[in-house]
Amino acid sequence: MSPSPTAGLGRRLLHRLAPFAGLALLVAAWDVALRLAPGSLLPRPAEVVAALGRLAATDELLGHVVASVFRVTWGFLLAAVTAVPAGVALGLVRPANAALGPLFELLRPISPLAWIPLAILWLGVGDLAAVAIIFLGSFLPLVLATENAVRTMSEVHLAAGRNFGLDGVALARRVVLPSILPSLVVGLRLSLGIAWLVVVAAEMIAVTSGLGFLIIDARNAGNRYDVVVGGMVMIGLIGVALDAGMRRLERSLVAGRGAEAGEPA
Amino acid sequence: MTAAAPEPGVTARPAGGGDARPVKVAVRDLTVRFAADRGDLRVLEHVDLEVREGELITILGPSGCGKSTLLNVIGGFVRPTSGAVTIDGEPVTGPDPRRIFVFQERGVFPWLTVEGNIGFGLRGLPAADRAARIRHYVKMVGLAGFEKAYPHELSGGMKQRVEVARALAVGPDVLYLDEPFGALDSITRLTMRAELLRLWQAERKTILFVTHDIEESVQLADRIVVMSQRPARIRRIVEVDIPHPRDLSAPRYLELRDAIFAEIGLAHQI
Repeated sequence: MSPSPTAGLGRRLLHRLAPFAGLALLVAAWDVALRLAPGSLLPRPAEVVAALGRLAATDELLGHVVASVFRVTWGFLLAAVTAVPAGVALGLVRPANAALGPLFELLRPISPLAWIPLAILWLGVGDLAAVAIIFLGSFLPLVLATENAVRTMSEVHLAAGRNFGLDGVALARRVVLPSILPSLVVGLRLSLGIAWLVVVAAEMIAVTSGLGFLIIDARNAGNRYDVVVGGMVMIGLIGVALDAGMRRLERSLVAGRGAEAGEPA
Repeated sequence: MTAAAPEPGVTARPAGGGDARPVKVAVRDLTVRFAADRGDLRVLEHVDLEVREGELITILGPSGCGKSTLLNVIGGFVRPTSGAVTIDGEPVTGPDPRRIFVFQERGVFPWLTVEGNIGFGLRGLPAADRAARIRHYVKMVGLAGFEKAYPHELSGGMKQRVEVARALAVGPDVLYLDEPFGALDSITRLTMRAELLRLWQAERKTILFVTHDIEESVQLADRIVVMSQRPARIRRIVEVDIPHPRDLSAPRYLELRDAIFAEIGLAHQI
C-alpha cells in the first residue's frame, strides 16, 4: 500500500523538524522546571534571550565574540602552520620520530589548561598568553593526526613520487600533502574544536575580554546567571558555525576526488 | 625437482644468449633475505639475469615467490642482501626517473586529473612542451576526452592506462610492470596486453613485466624467466620464438604454453 499524500507530507515535515526536537524539548523542560520551582537563581529561557538582546544592543556581545574568535584564529593558525610540517617530518623521517615521538606522547596527556599558570608567568595576562594556550591545545593533536595520516598513506604513492625523482620538501609538497589531505582536514577540524573549547577556559583566567571572561565576570559581578547562560549559548552557536565552516572547507578541498579519496589506498 | 630435463618445445638458453643487442639490465648473484620472527625469510637466492636493450621479459612465478621483490630490487626500492644490479653498467642505488615502475592501478594519484597524473613527471619542462607531451600520451593510451577526469571517475583499465602514460611521458629507457593487469577483468586484460605490445613496438623500451599468468607471459614476452617457489631461483628461461602479432591458437603457442604448465608442475586439465 502506498502512503497517502498527507502522510508523505507529514513525514517530510517530521524529517525537517527532527533536528530541532531535542533542543525544543530541553528548552520546554527548562522552562517548566523553573515555573514549578520559582525562586531559583537560574534564569528562564526568555530571560536569557533578553539578556543576549541587551548585550547585543550595546555591542558588548560583539566585542566579546570578536575577542574570542580573534584568539582562536591566531592560536589555531599558528598551530596549523607548525604542526602540519612537524607531523609530516615525524611521519616520514624515522630518526625525527624516534627523537621526538616520546616527548609528544608525554606532553599529550597534559591538559592545555595546565599550562595557564606558566603561560601567564612567561607572557603576562593578555592576548598572548591566551593565544599560546590555544596554540598548545591544538598543536599536539594536530601533529599526531598528521603523523598518523602520513604513516597510513599509500606506500605506492610514496614510491611513485620517489621514482619520479622527488624527495624531501618536493616529495612532501607534491605527494604527501595531497595524499593525506582528506584526513588532514579532519584533523584540522577536530583541533579547531579543541581550540574553541580551550579559549573559553583561558579567558576565564588570563584576560579580561571574550566569552569566557563574560561568563565568569557575570557570575562574580552579582550572579547574573542570565548572562552566564547567554554566554554559553553563544559559545555553542559559534562552535557549530566554526565546525560547519571547516566541513565546507573539507568538501571544497577534496572536491573532485570522489568518495574513494578519503579511504586509505 | 630437476629443472634440467628439457621439455619438448622449450629451448633453455643462458640469458640473452646469441642476442647482439647490448645488455641493459644485469642482475648478478642476487640474494635477498628479510628479517622475520623465526630467523631470516629467504626470498631470493642467487639470481642471475641479463636483459637486453629493447627486450620484453616476463618474470613468471607463483604468488608470493619473490618475483615482485626481484623487480623491486632492480627498481631500486629494495636493497639486496648480497649481489648487485647494474643498468647500463652502473650499479642501481635507488629509484631513478629514467626507469619507471608501474604499479597496479593503485599507483595513480587520486588528487590529480588524468592530465595532472600524466604530466606529473614533467615539471621541469616549459609549459608548452609539457602540454604537448601530455596531449601526445593521452592520445596514445586512448584517453582523449578524459583529460579533466579524476581517477575515481575512470574504470580500472583506464586508470592503468593513465599510469602507463604517466610512466612513458618522462621518456624512460626501462619500464617495470608489477602485475599491472592483475586487478582487471579478463577481457580488459587482453585489450591491455595488445595495447602494451603496441606501445612497446612504437617506443622500443626495455620492459620487465612480473606476472603469475602463464598465458600472459607467452602472449607478451621475448623471453620468460620462470621462477621457483620461495626462496626463488630462476628455474628456466624460455625463449618465445613467435613473432608478433601472436596467434593464440597456433600450435607453437600452445606447445610453449603447455611446456611451461608442465614445467611448473600444473596439469592443464580441470
